[in-house]
Amino acid sequence: MKLGKSVREAFGLALAQLGEADPNIVVVDGDVHNSTRTDYFAKKFPERFFNVGIAESNMVGIAGGLASSGKRVWAASFAAFIMCNAYDQLRMSVAFPGLDVKVVGTHAGISIGEDGPSQMGIEDVSLACSLPGFTVVVPADEPSTYKAVQALASIRTPAYLRAGRPNVPVVYENGCDFHLGKAIMLRPGKDVTLIANGLLVAAALEAADQLKGKGIDARVLDMHTVKPLDDAAVLAAARENGRIVVAEEHLLHGGLGSAVALSAGRQHPVPMRFVALVDTFAESGKPEELLAKYGLTAKEIVKAALSLN
Amino acid sequence: MTTATRADLNVKELESRAKSIRRSIVESTTAAGSGHPTSSLSGVEIATALYFAGVLRYDPKKPRWPERDRFILSKGHGAPLLYAALAEAGYFPKSDLLTLRKLGSPLEGHPNMRRLPGVEASTGSLGQGLSIGIGVALAARLDNLDARVYVMTGDGEIDQGQVWEAVMAAHKFKLDNLTLIVDQNGYQQTGATAEVLDLKPLAPKFEAFGWCAQEINGHELSDVLAALEKARNTKGRPSAIVARTIKGYPIQEILGSDPNHHGKPLTKEEAAKALAILR
Ligand SMILES: Cc1ncc(C[n+]2csc(CCOP(=O)(O)OP(=O)(O)O)c2C)c(N)n1
Ligand SMILES: [Mg+2]
Repeated sequence: MKLGKSVREAFGLALAQLGEADPNIVVVDGDVHNSTRTDYFAKKFPERFFNVGIAESNMVGIAGGLASSGKRVWAASFAAFIMCNAYDQLRMSVAFPGLDVKVVGTHAGISIGEDGPSQMGIEDVSLACSLPGFTVVVPADEPSTYKAVQALASIRTPAYLRAGRPNVPVVYENGCDFHLGKAIMLRPGKDVTLIANGLLVAAALEAADQLKGKGIDARVLDMHTVKPLDDAAVLAAARENGRIVVAEEHLLHGGLGSAVALSAGRQHPVPMRFVALVDTFAESGKPEELLAKYGLTAKEIVKAALSLN
Repeated sequence: MTTATRADLNVKELESRAKSIRRSIVESTTAAGSGHPTSSLSGVEIATALYFAGVLRYDPKKPRWPERDRFILSKGHGAPLLYAALAEAGYFPKSDLLTLRKLGSPLEGHPNMRRLPGVEASTGSLGQGLSIGIGVALAARLDNLDARVYVMTGDGEIDQGQVWEAVMAAHKFKLDNLTLIVDQNGYQQTGATAEVLDLKPLAPKFEAFGWCAQEINGHELSDVLAALEKARNTKGRPSAIVARTIKGYPIQEILGSDPNHHGKPLTKEEAAKALAILR
């Protein structure tokens, strides 16, 4: 897989395009538009871009007001700050009234590296999933991020888009058939299903290659939408393969693994394993070093799959 | 020796401390290949005055000594400044500064109080340090300790509503053992504070909230010391020191046309030039 743009970069470019198509789209950011890459939009449409300063709670409240007046709002900051600092505002000014605000959290996960735990969103998916009515999307690469942004623009309800900082491998070199709430089967397989999103999709594909060498035929699903979850894909995986491994760059509690376990448990319980950050903050270090230390790698996915045999 | 000459000598010594701290900031961030040197450089005289002019009472051998004064770096991305000051003060060897941001090092990208003795609060999400400072100041009062609390924020950081909630609370609790220092370097991440969110006039805002407010040149050590002295002598209310500074001081000129240079380490060549200036 060749290295493509980061998800945040792809988001920023896609957002600037959206702005052309729809004059009703406005963007709010909190003094980080050169990091979230909403600066592409800001340069093109300065009158529809609002930098509110380092004040995420205020920013989300403003987003709610804009949306309640008919604007289609995209609100961006680091995942850690927009979700954790502004959670009550997300709850009361966006989710409860069910307004058209697309919340974007960049620098999600531990792969931001050297800046360390204070800047790493590791609980953002869990928090977003706990907002009633929110759609929650975690794209894996550049092409699927373009599609995700367009798909989110097509719905009128609130949503959370998670975006990482580093450049990531291109999973979808030949385009991506992206539908909200529908998993993408990247590889068929009959022995075990590897379900992943974000950065871990590429790792899951690598893991499937390694498993093949050990005579295990792994199915790989890109579960880009955590909510609403593709229950049908989970049921099929559980029924047909009987074993599931879920991998994500997020805390174990409340993330993709929890969602898949809930779905499988309700429909067709099977043995499962989870590759995730387990009840800990990470630390400063190089992204690859951190992913290795905290076990968010193809190697760990392989180990997890083998432990199901 | 007259008091005047003693003060003069002291300032000379402090200036050389300040220079040494600046060299550490440049060296550590360039070695790390990331970090916020310009944000760290603007606060050097303030940290120097706190740690090396007898303002803060601390003991590097007893970092949890209950009666110690506290310095809380609310603008956590200025960690290289804090680490340089702590090393200079003897909390750990200066050679550790070159492990900044590396896996396994307690010198993380932003301060982590669980890993590094001398760090009084884990910061990095802007806007929280003053509230923590209030808690520490209230606890000191409850325990009848004479400890003083100093909090440093950025001038962009105080965009956060929480800062102003804290400003109101500190006044309510009459925390004269609490001093806020705003490192007013005129820039935040995406541009000049005057453009992103203009908070001028700043000192009168603190006064309006019942604080004692002073405005000073944050690079003039004697001004910083005088302001800290006045804050210490102010009774019945908290003190704010608005320190006018320059982001990247005094090497801002070699960083090209962007006077902010936010969150970028100096290249090896720039660092060499900076270190020559800071000799
Ligand atoms: C809550 C929060 N929002 C955003 C950021 C990202 N960020 C890091 S530094 C910075 C600018 C800080 O400006 P200022 O407080 O003026 O500090 P300076 O670097 O100028 O000293 C921003 C927005 C953050 N760390 N925390
Ligand atoms: Mg500033």
